[in-house]
Amino acid sequence: MTMDRRKLLAGLRGGVVLGAGIALGGCQKILETGPVDEVASSLDLFTRDAQRLVTRPTALAREYAPHERSPDFRANGSRTVDTPEYRQHLARGFADWRLTIGGLVAKPMSLSLAALQRLPARTQITRHDCVEGWSAIGEWTGTPLGLLLDMAQIRGGARYILFRCADSFGDTPYYESIDLIEAFHPQTILAWRMNGEPLPERHGAPLRLRVERQLGYKHAKYVTGIEAIADYRQIAGGKGGFWEDRAGYQWWAGI
Amino acid sequence: MSADHTDPPPKVVKRHRLSTRAWHWLNVVAVFTLLMSGLTIFNAHPRLYWGQYGANPDAPWLHIGATRGGEGFLRVGGIEIETTGVLGVWEKDGQTRSRAFPHWATLPANYSLAAGRKYHFLGAWLLIVGGVLYLIWSLLNRHVWRDLLPKRGELSPPHLWQDVKDHARLRLPRGEAAARYNVLQKLAYLLVLFVLLPAMVLTGLGMSPTMNASWGWILDLFGGRQSARSVHFIAGLGIVLFIVVHLIMVVIAGPVNEVRSMITGRFRLPAERKAPAEEAA
Repeated sequence: MTMDRRKLLAGLRGGVVLGAGIALGGCQKILETGPVDEVASSLDLFTRDAQRLVTRPTALAREYAPHERSPDFRANGSRTVDTPEYRQHLARGFADWRLTIGGLVAKPMSLSLAALQRLPARTQITRHDCVEGWSAIGEWTGTPLGLLLDMAQIRGGARYILFRCADSFGDTPYYESIDLIEAFHPQTILAWRMNGEPLPERHGAPLRLRVERQLGYKHAKYVTGIEAIADYRQIAGGKGGFWEDRAGYQWWAGI
Repeated sequence: MSADHTDPPPKVVKRHRLSTRAWHWLNVVAVFTLLMSGLTIFNAHPRLYWGQYGANPDAPWLHIGATRGGEGFLRVGGIEIETTGVLGVWEKDGQTRSRAFPHWATLPANYSLAAGRKYHFLGAWLLIVGGVLYLIWSLLNRHVWRDLLPKRGELSPPHLWQDVKDHARLRLPRGEAAARYNVLQKLAYLLVLFVLLPAMVLTGLGMSPTMNASWGWILDLFGGRQSARSVHFIAGLGIVLFIVVHLIMVVIAGPVNEVRSMITGRFRLPAERKAPAEEAA
């Protein structure tokens, strides 16, 4: 019995030291070596394909009842745009602000906020899931992106939709991209109202993307331009979005 | 000395199948990757909530953080414990950092949510692919029925109580009995295989916005996205507890023999206990 206990303590100490050694040094070294890191990095699109295999492309994100909304919807990332141009638009209620639609489209266009608001709109109460782990539920009203893309008539070579934004982190303008399945999803809207009010500045006034089956960093705020593109690798850092370029976030933000 | 001459040579048996051994070591890699990268992900928002939503202004049931005065704390419900140096606030290279879990417990050690997620999904794929293959194989070769499901009588209260007492006294089975799992061991493995791991996988999938558009029942099962995140963390803690107890039991039972049996499958049966009279002598 005493022997067992002594052996146990000695063994435990050895185990803890060995375990800590492996944990501290080993794991990270192995994971950061070329091939393992390459596999880990390319899992992103493999995960997307696997998810699409077991989910429906048209499945709707859950919509909630008005009383289920978060009392205080957290604002994250850019909460303001510090350019004279944006400050002027904000002061004038975005009266002569315009959204441009271009790239691989047959009919490039430019729409005022009022013109956007005259188009058929969709209202949805959905859950926003931040990549960090928190969630908030809010009501969004906006123009379905698919409707705008149909109006502009995207051309055959287009595979992604790119969003140009008015906000910058440092010198880098925010941008994002999604594929056509997400772009034409019925709940993918350009929202200009939130919880029954005009979209507040901290949530991306006058227009933000809601792409409900993706994590928060895809939901670009302060959207000023939409482009249909064939490939995102030539744009900015080449990873398809601001956080993808800057911090290595996965382009596929469905998980 | 004389006893050595009279004892029969230790009997070596085949204890673990190749499928069990391969899965075990794959899981060592996958689960440690998952646990440590999971702590990195937790560090991005070190609060847990119940229900559909939960963000900074909402009340968490668990929060690891730092006070303005620079003291680390762990708050669970109404209870707050000071954890400076371990959780919330800790030191690295002579510098004080304020993050929930310390660098030595997270993967990568230098905080990067993007890298943490990348490794977490790598670990998740290893766990899922290995787990599905193992499960199919173990059902086919009847490992689950033959070795893991308790036999009739093993679940009777007297038998269970005897097993609890034996474990408490570190009196482990010897001889032929050591080649089989005892009932507490069976229950622990079944709990991990059929409760904790499935709960981890389901709550993990439940946190994916794409998955829960199609598989909304997962969130209904756990009571919301933030509840799923909480259950994910709690089940992860359950797996950590299992690993700690598992390692202690390996050390008690004889680490060399145990680890060898998990690598080569060959297990040396511990000699039967001598009669009480002889033991006392």
